[in-house]
Amino acid sequence: MRSSLSCASIRWGGLLFASLLAVAARAGTVPDDAAAGQTLYLNTCGGCHSVDTDRIGPRHRNVVGRAVASIPGYDYSPALKMLGGIWTPARLDQWLSGTQKMAPGSKMYLELDDPAVRRSIIIYLQSVSQPAAPEDSRAASRSEH
Amino acid sequence: MNEPKVDRRKFLALAGVASLGVGTASLFAGRAMSTTTVRPNDVGVIQTALSLEHEGIAAYRIAGKSGLLSPGTLKLAVVFMGHHQAHRDSLAKLVATAGGKPVEPKTDAQYIAELKLGALKSEADVVALATMLERGAASAYIGQITALKDPKLAKLFASISADEAIHWTTLNNAAGTPIPAAAYVFG
Repeated sequence: MRSSLSCASIRWGGLLFASLLAVAARAGTVPDDAAAGQTLYLNTCGGCHSVDTDRIGPRHRNVVGRAVASIPGYDYSPALKMLGGIWTPARLDQWLSGTQKMAPGSKMYLELDDPAVRRSIIIYLQSVSQPAAPEDSRAASRSEH
Repeated sequence: MNEPKVDRRKFLALAGVASLGVGTASLFAGRAMSTTTVRPNDVGVIQTALSLEHEGIAAYRIAGKSGLLSPGTLKLAVVFMGHHQAHRDSLAKLVATAGGKPVEPKTDAQYIAELKLGALKSEADVVALATMLERGAASAYIGQITALKDPKLAKLFASISADEAIHWTTLNNAAGTPIPAAAYVFG
């Protein structure tokens, strides 16, 4: 019985946290932590992407600091291959703002209007990547504006 | 620990009956859309959606053969797989109508590796994976709507997203996870 109550408390605690997160996201005040970003990542990106395996989209482990279109064996669109460069937090912010604006003809179709949501997802992506260079971190700070 | 399992089975059995009607509605939505002309810019969006459906079908089919699912859950998985097959058929037909070649499914070996299906050890594992995939799919369809040029196609995507949302809701409740209190669960 105590165990059931504990489970119920955990579930309701989780519900409360998820609710607060959702409200915060809609208000543009998403918490700046990887856990919040992971929730948004799973909801927004999880249909096509995973951290450790290529699916409809390429894997995201170490995406921050990685060359664009560089996962061996993944079938990138010509548009993304032509984009070039490195995925920095600032570039990811631009990408998530409108994938077709940044690379018309790419296979990903997404426009995240809320900069706080984009920032939170990028913080999560940084957490599953190798430590970013200091310059990249400053770009992440700027990207919320 | 046994009690929630019984509840889940009962719930899944009931939910399975309710889901059949929704699948029929979805099929009609697809048929209606298939008579319209697809704009070239929309073909790429449809192809991405088609890839999602291929993955969902494979996940349910492979998990269904795993022996991990109880009869009630298996019955529901078959219903959900049927919805995804109906979505697939509608989307593939649209691509073909536009003169494109519908994207093909990957091999089972690829899906097993990509979704880590070999790591599934219990019915709860299968339900957890399906819940995650359905939530992502429901959101992905919403996320792609703004990229579509044809309002009728946007309507079809909204209809499919609603189907995925029903799948997520059913699975989420079966796992005993409360529905989020805040609005805008998907997207």
